[in-house]
Amino acid sequence: MNSKPARIVLSLLLLVGLLLLPHFLQFHHQDLLIFLTINVLVVASYRIVTLTGEWSLIHAVMMGVGGYTAALVFKQFELGMWFTLPLAGIVAAAIAALLCFPLFRMTQFYFLIGSFAAGEAIRLCWIRFVQPFGGTGGLSGVEPPLIGDIDFLEAVPYYYLTLAVVGLCLFILYRIENSRIGLILHSVHWKAPLAESVGVDTWRYRALAFIIGSFFVGVAGGLKVHYLGTITPNQFGVGFMVFILIWVIVGGYNRFYGPIIGVVVLTLFDESIRSLEEIRPAIYGAVLIISILFLPQGLESIVGRVKRLFARKPAGGTPSGDR
Amino acid sequence: MSDSTILKVDQVTKRFGGLTALDKVSFAVEAGEIRGLIGPNGAGKSTMFKNIAGFYTPTSGDIIYQGQSIRGQKPHTIAELGIVRTFQETTLFQELTVFENVLVGCHKHARSNLFKAIFKLDREIEQAATHKALEVLEFMGLVERRDQFASELPLGSQRALAISIALASEPSLLLMDEPFAGMNPEETNHMMELTRKVRDSGITIVLVEHDMKAVMGLCNYLTVLNFGQLLAEGTPDDIRNNDRVIEAYLGGGVH
Repeated sequence: MNSKPARIVLSLLLLVGLLLLPHFLQFHHQDLLIFLTINVLVVASYRIVTLTGEWSLIHAVMMGVGGYTAALVFKQFELGMWFTLPLAGIVAAAIAALLCFPLFRMTQFYFLIGSFAAGEAIRLCWIRFVQPFGGTGGLSGVEPPLIGDIDFLEAVPYYYLTLAVVGLCLFILYRIENSRIGLILHSVHWKAPLAESVGVDTWRYRALAFIIGSFFVGVAGGLKVHYLGTITPNQFGVGFMVFILIWVIVGGYNRFYGPIIGVVVLTLFDESIRSLEEIRPAIYGAVLIISILFLPQGLESIVGRVKRLFARKPAGGTPSGDR
Repeated sequence: MSDSTILKVDQVTKRFGGLTALDKVSFAVEAGEIRGLIGPNGAGKSTMFKNIAGFYTPTSGDIIYQGQSIRGQKPHTIAELGIVRTFQETTLFQELTVFENVLVGCHKHARSNLFKAIFKLDREIEQAATHKALEVLEFMGLVERRDQFASELPLGSQRALAISIALASEPSLLLMDEPFAGMNPEETNHMMELTRKVRDSGITIVLVEHDMKAVMGLCNYLTVLNFGQLLAEGTPDDIRNNDRVIEAYLGGGVH
């Protein structure tokens, strides 16, 4: 384990880096940075759903639920972002709670298909019910907040706002994962019958993970719609869901930071090959296949290898001994 | 039904489609005993365990635990009430450390909620759980191995860990499903000692087992099943000399 002072220094350096970062970027890249920060929350919240071993295909749609909630509340009641963001999370969590009843009668592949179907049903509602969801064109005119003279329409202030919200959410998710609740979620994943035999209500914990994950991805959806100003059903389709899965799998899902590494590295990589134009998807795909072939444990396993290189004593410590 | 009866199985029948796995089986377990549930393969021993622990619901009949019917309850509710089972073969959280395995076992008495988890208000609960887990590991002789992963343990220790997880949830009735399977004589002896120790700490034990030497040495009373029906009940000596039991085992096994 790293020593505590070293960790604090590292975290401070990271924070300063993140705060200074937008000032070295062009406008286009500042935009990208905001979406990347939001996507970090998307994958981190997806991780808590996968902790119980259930991979859902509804996460992208849940982000949309948050986004639509924020947009509708903003437009109907003219409430600011301080209300729309928590509401986005709460509504996504509430819909997730309702969906638990049909969805968690299923496990494994059936759950995967069931969650996909439920997600598509929600998405079709947005298309079908033009009032209030705006159909395929979605909603527009959602504005970011104004605090004093700071105009959050500007990329840099909005980035700081996003960073603060995402940072807080990640902190909460980390705390949950490293608490007893996180331990029980792991136990439900590895041996559900054994967990039940000592009194764990596995249904409740699966549902809890799904609801927490949906809450935070709902908040992410709210952050996105306030920056983009518009929301359409197609932003939250299968395409985006596949990206979430790719980020999590390539990053690795055995550590808290795995999916975050995945989304950061793949986004930067995708951006760095932008000049290749039409062959870009082919190269992206090839890199994915290569990374899964050679790093089946994900990019996060590189961190472990580097640590082992530097560590004097052989790796025998527990990765989670600080619980 | 006497006051000391902890578990009463009353006319329990379990059918799977056309197959009757248990046919009107009744028996009662007294508090503080080590009861053996034996019988040839396919006699319905494991099915009986699953009915008691809530993994199956009996087709008919009732299961009374401490004077209260537990028929049709979910496994986690039954565990809450104090009946905890261990599993056939070795069922552990292989990916967690020995200590974490037992911490999961403490779940019943270490409830936390989201709010407490986020604001770290559950320190006291966690300290109590840590204390309990260490106590159980000490009791089972696993305390030196607490930071090893469950998958790294030798068979004997894995079984001991499985019992530790169950003990951490402070059961009053422990159902052990083939605790001696695949063990060498030395491991079996050690496990027998541990089982007696658990009983002496005030926990009633029902075990399903094929190892007749262990069963005869350990149990004070035996219930024999055959083809889903109750065949005989009695002390090890009675059972050893029971013609019907000897016949059921084709004259082998029991000596």
